[in-house]
Amino acid sequence: MAHIDFAVGIGGAAGQGVATPGNILAKLFARRGLHINAYNAYQSIIRGGHTFLTIRTSEQPVRCMGDDLAMLIPLNQDTMDRHLGRMRAGASVLYDRDRVKPGAAAEGVQLCPLPLSELAKNILYYNTAAVAAVLRLVSVELKPFEDMLAQQFKRKGEAVVAENVAAARAGYDYAGAHFKPYAFSLPDTGKRLAVATGNESLAMGGVAAGVKFYCAYPMSPSTGVLMWMARHARELGIMVRQVEDELGVINMAIGAAHTGCRAMCATSGGGFALMTEALGAAAMMEIPVVCINVQRAGPATGVPTKTEQGDLWQVLGAGQGDYPRIIAAPTSIRDCFHLIPEIFNLADKFQCPGIVLADLLESEGFSTFEPAELDFNPPRDRGEVIGLGGEVPEVNGGYKRYRMTESGISPRAVPGTPDHAHVVATDEHDEDGVLISDEFTDPGKRQAIMERRGRKMDGVLPLLEPPRFTGPADAEVTLVGWGSTEGVIDEAVEQLAAHGIVANHLQIRWLVPLQSEAIGRALSGARNIVMVENNYSGQFARYLRSETGIAADAHIRKYDGEPFMPHHVVNGVEKILSGKTTRYVPVHEIRV
Amino acid sequence: MGELQIESKPQLLTRPRRPALTVKDFKGKADPDWCPGCGDFGVLNALKTAVAELGLLPHEVLTISGIGCSSNLPGYINTYGMHTLHGRALAVATGAQLGNHGLKVVVTGGDGDGFGIGGNHFLHVMRRNVDLTYLVMDNQIYGLTTGQVSPTSRKGMKTKSTPYGSVENPVNPIPMAIVCGATYVARGSSGQQKHLVSLIKAGIEHRGFAFIDVFSPCVTYNHENTHEFFKQRIRKLEEMGHDPTDLHAAIERGREWGETIPIGLFYKNDELPALDELEPVLAEGGALARRPLDVSAENARALVEELL
Repeated sequence: MAHIDFAVGIGGAAGQGVATPGNILAKLFARRGLHINAYNAYQSIIRGGHTFLTIRTSEQPVRCMGDDLAMLIPLNQDTMDRHLGRMRAGASVLYDRDRVKPGAAAEGVQLCPLPLSELAKNILYYNTAAVAAVLRLVSVELKPFEDMLAQQFKRKGEAVVAENVAAARAGYDYAGAHFKPYAFSLPDTGKRLAVATGNESLAMGGVAAGVKFYCAYPMSPSTGVLMWMARHARELGIMVRQVEDELGVINMAIGAAHTGCRAMCATSGGGFALMTEALGAAAMMEIPVVCINVQRAGPATGVPTKTEQGDLWQVLGAGQGDYPRIIAAPTSIRDCFHLIPEIFNLADKFQCPGIVLADLLESEGFSTFEPAELDFNPPRDRGEVIGLGGEVPEVNGGYKRYRMTESGISPRAVPGTPDHAHVVATDEHDEDGVLISDEFTDPGKRQAIMERRGRKMDGVLPLLEPPRFTGPADAEVTLVGWGSTEGVIDEAVEQLAAHGIVANHLQIRWLVPLQSEAIGRALSGARNIVMVENNYSGQFARYLRSETGIAADAHIRKYDGEPFMPHHVVNGVEKILSGKTTRYVPVHEIRV
Repeated sequence: MGELQIESKPQLLTRPRRPALTVKDFKGKADPDWCPGCGDFGVLNALKTAVAELGLLPHEVLTISGIGCSSNLPGYINTYGMHTLHGRALAVATGAQLGNHGLKVVVTGGDGDGFGIGGNHFLHVMRRNVDLTYLVMDNQIYGLTTGQVSPTSRKGMKTKSTPYGSVENPVNPIPMAIVCGATYVARGSSGQQKHLVSLIKAGIEHRGFAFIDVFSPCVTYNHENTHEFFKQRIRKLEEMGHDPTDLHAAIERGREWGETIPIGLFYKNDELPALDELEPVLAEGGALARRPLDVSAENARALVEELL
């Protein structure tokens, strides 16, 4: 039996409450053990404009928002006008009869006008009645929703609960009496799944890593990390600070990290630009700190609420000089959680900054998690550190913070440790921490120090999982993506197979150090390498070429602010294989 | 030498004075590379004397600087040190103080570093009342870049970047610090060693943000604000009948600049708690940096439960 694949789109003006029914449906689905992937298209406006939330659910893991909607819930006329044309036969459109007028729908689209003013006593309960109507159409019993309402409005008193439940029943019954339900019913798998946004996942990943210090300056689309951290700071014993600017953010995190805290911060491209000098400073002083750049469409202020993978070269080039650092891009919302503890372990071990390159698609979307995968105590490796518990070695004044070692890693003592006082400096310094920069007379010394710091990176590569390479070895086309595009490319590969095109798929997660050998092996037999990137200039394609000499045969790029949908990639591959183009730019059909 | 103690305000004030180390014990690994006659020598010496006289041990103190001639100071004192980026010392120091609030964190730097490129951090560290002691070696010039105008250079001053005289008004850091919320605001002079030592000691003992602007003449690039210039003008507030708990009088005194330039303690407020005292996360459990990273089973369960 084909699995259920149900996507609902809810749209309205900002401030109209798109999130509420969206969150309720997501919770109700996840509590039936159904998987979810959601993408929120919104604008940089607090009231007005157009916000459109797509929630896609299935009993199978859902990797992206997909192509089609089975249901549209326009909360205003604008949403109806923008999206009705997308609806195909079999879909339903649910709306308030009094506020929204339908246009011309395609044949087979069921229009479901709800008389909300009759079903709910108070405009505050309109959403309740509408959600119940959705549940009726997907043949889900009302009880769990009633329980949820009882829980949610408990504090507001019995009357409010009763009125909400009454609205829910009225909406449910009305839909049952007047509309045709879908042919399937959403099953209950018997387990419960957790739901989290990408920003929440990044924050919780920090908790799992043992972050004790988090600071940030609010910047879309990374602000959710700050808000989650602030809300949970006290119960979890995490110091959370909102700082005056991103220069302050990264430097404050470095200060806390130097004392031995695991310290993290998040921002977007503009804030990251302000942080770059300090990332070099962290590398120079050899202080581990983790910085997240949640990319949005640039340059400059750009499109603050739209997604892009346009900061790769910014991050690669962040900071003057050559310095060791680790850069990774989470490949899904779930990976936002898993990557953070991993990169902290590497940053600690190699005493250098770790940079996470997420994006808006991940941060503002949400996904289900198996509760068991939310391990808040994964393996932690603090590296060679002195003064955070354990033996403090007898050094009799002979401690050298930047001792020359074969691995390049010099044991790091934290301030407060007796007999290990030393200076860390952003100026070049010798083994003792003494500056050599002002009276520079020793090129040999500088060379040796550069080589020690540099060779730390040699130790990183063997510790990394190879990049994920899926699909048959002999494929007509090899799709290469990095970071957040993993799910959409996966689905495109399946659709291509249905079109008779055999594709495989390489997805890059670790950007620095780049796993050139593993990538080279995966791509050595590729017949057509097609790079899929959410940016204008093919930033990863250029990076791959510069590091490995491997040049892609063709490119699928999108830089309109919206993420890829699977059919965009499929159409691109077909155009490319037919020889029509080597650079395909899909048109985003939805005006959000 | 034992583990670092987290001292509450009353504990700090009554801490037993341990056998004090001498000033020599605080000599750093490197010798200062300042020009002969530079005011910074006096500030370094006063700081070493102050920490020795307070009975502090090298591992209990973290000296943090930015960039500039005076910011080289951490290399010249035997404490933990961080020589950070230009303008960023106060931000780094805030993180370090909150990361381990058992440390005595001293920040040193120049007027350009603190009031120019680092001005925004200066503003905010004061309103937050972070428990730091901030020594600005104010020479009213950019020295390390060979003599350009600084935020505290006199209007009309001729420098290499203002060859016809500066047309801009300087910042006056004393009233600025008072109105921004610093809870200990003083001015010292490199030439007045004993006086400076006592200001620094009281600044370190003060719980909250202690700001000490120190006249530290640049003998190479500022031929106006010289040792002699200050010697002729400075007068100690302690001899002028000033009440440092009087905010308005403190601002007025801070604005005096002419034949008489007051030095000493302008303003002190012991009523306001420092940021680390206000932060519930630090209420118990010791230094943040030394706490275990494990998430309790109960917390982990609650976090997952929240998402179900």
